[in-house]
Amino acid sequence: MHPVLTTILKRLLLGLVTLFVVSAIIFSSVTLLPGDFGEAVLGQAATEETVAAFRKELGLDKPAVLRYFEWAGAVLKGDLGTSFSGRSASGSDRSRSVAEMVAPRLKNTLFLAGVTALVAVPLAIILGLSAALYRNTWYDRTVNATTLTTISMPEFFVAYVLILLFASLWKVFPSLATVNPEMLFGERLNRIALPAITLTLVIVAHMMRMTRAAIINLLASPYIEMARLKGASRSEIILKHALPNAWAPIATVIAFNLAYLVVGVVVVEVVFVYPGIGQLMVDSVSSRDIPVVQACALFFAGTYIILNLIADVIGIVTNPRLLHPR
Amino acid sequence: MTDPVEPDSGYAASAEVGSVRKRRTRGERWWLALKKAPLSAWFGMIVIAAYVFVAVFAPMLAPYGEAQIFATPFAVWDETHRFGTDQIGRDILTRLIYGARNTMGIALVTTLLSFLIGGGLGLVAAINRSWLDQLLSRAVDVLMAIPGLIFALVLLSIFKPSVVSLILIIAVLDSTRVFRLTRAVAINVAVMDYVEVARLRGEKLVWVMRREILPNIMPPLIAEFGLRFSFVFLTIAALSFLGVGIQPPTADWGSMVRDNASLIQFAQYDLKAGITPLLPAAAIGLLTVAVNFVVDWFLHKTSGLHDD
Repeated sequence: MHPVLTTILKRLLLGLVTLFVVSAIIFSSVTLLPGDFGEAVLGQAATEETVAAFRKELGLDKPAVLRYFEWAGAVLKGDLGTSFSGRSASGSDRSRSVAEMVAPRLKNTLFLAGVTALVAVPLAIILGLSAALYRNTWYDRTVNATTLTTISMPEFFVAYVLILLFASLWKVFPSLATVNPEMLFGERLNRIALPAITLTLVIVAHMMRMTRAAIINLLASPYIEMARLKGASRSEIILKHALPNAWAPIATVIAFNLAYLVVGVVVVEVVFVYPGIGQLMVDSVSSRDIPVVQACALFFAGTYIILNLIADVIGIVTNPRLLHPR
Repeated sequence: MTDPVEPDSGYAASAEVGSVRKRRTRGERWWLALKKAPLSAWFGMIVIAAYVFVAVFAPMLAPYGEAQIFATPFAVWDETHRFGTDQIGRDILTRLIYGARNTMGIALVTTLLSFLIGGGLGLVAAINRSWLDQLLSRAVDVLMAIPGLIFALVLLSIFKPSVVSLILIIAVLDSTRVFRLTRAVAINVAVMDYVEVARLRGEKLVWVMRREILPNIMPPLIAEFGLRFSFVFLTIAALSFLGVGIQPPTADWGSMVRDNASLIQFAQYDLKAGITPLLPAAAIGLLTVAVNFVVDWFLHKTSGLHDD
């Protein structure tokens, strides 16, 4: 078999194992719950029978391993269990299914993250390449200083500065990113402008710096020296000689930052009251609605792992040394 | 064979050099290095020193008590309340000053704990290199596959948010990164001859860790401490901002931003009111920038790199 293929398969297998272990960790969080948890959910007035029935529904009377496989099987079929909220001490059950709560918000989050990625990734690569091309000029220094500042700022600071400037003082964008399914595409874009700009500022800085570093790192290698001595122009060296070898680190950085986007989205959604999965997760943590927290965590962790996996695979596929084995 | 050094002449080159060369004390060497520090590093150090000063002397500097409530919520900036009051009438300046103490103190304790766990286990793994190393490394791989903030949120939904659980959860999650770094740098040192000698001499594990390896891996660990501190600091601020971190009535910068965020809507009528929620956020940002500047300089100095 081609060595690239075996490496990719190995990496995929490792990713699957990680996904499995992570899902087991997220699942076992229920097992860690203190004993009086049923009362906490159902209220002080809950009778012993109601609590017992609740524990039975959670399956706390069955062995943990068995419960994990039942849960994992249900998740794969799209059944994420039912929410803890809406249950009362009397045993009446008005709780909603988690899948039903998560699905519309998942769409919103993916929309916001997708728009951000579409703007941020090309912008970061162009900025990084041009900074490497014109390194140690005023352009490079300005871009560097600006990005270093945005990296160090917490997301909510960037978000509130943007709200102050573009929603409060100069009203160009709405400060609340409330969207609903009936909205037209253009209206939606206008609503999510500020959260998308916030996220873009935060991740472009990382990606741009790493792209620049990856290129400059390569410029020190002997084969670039060779190209320079051959008389290749500056842009030719960067685009034709350095870039092909830099794709792997750049792809890793992009995937890493998209994964970071997944986390940054939580804070930004809360700032802009955007009805996404991050806000749902924070609300559920406050109300200790464990099944919803688990579902959200599973989504975030899964995305994170898959993005890292893709980065590694791109790194393997674009590695010239692996593609042309001796 | 004759001895090359003539004992009777009373002259030795090393003695002459030795008499001229004065051994500088540690303080002098630090001062020399500091004098050569770039402007950004000086800026960072001065900011950090100011923050520490405010944090230590918070009760003396603050005009009012930490949770003292006044009659008017959301009061405007004036002489009695320099930065106004918050949503239930607490003085913002006072809360900012106490916030420095609480937020920084908790972040510092968390980082120290995370280095104790991660650094200790990393050193053990680097010296041991057996199944224990494998076990720890794989466990860390899995923990690092889950984004930290998300994992912290999951754990906080199970253990009620309190300062202790916050410190423990973030310290454990953060120690994975410290473990990786410590193990990576310690492995190169652990195979050195002098470590071998110490082990053959019969020194115990703790001695080898503390006296043989640790002094030689200090620079990267110190730099990492600065970076981890600002990361932990940002995580705690983010969690408090989300309402699941440090709980009221403890003054803390993250929750202050959240509590006063609605004021931003009034910026066009009163710019000062609009800026109020940005003050704690800016306090967080400024400290992170300052720490990063100092770490940058320290890394540059210790790595021996003197050019781009």
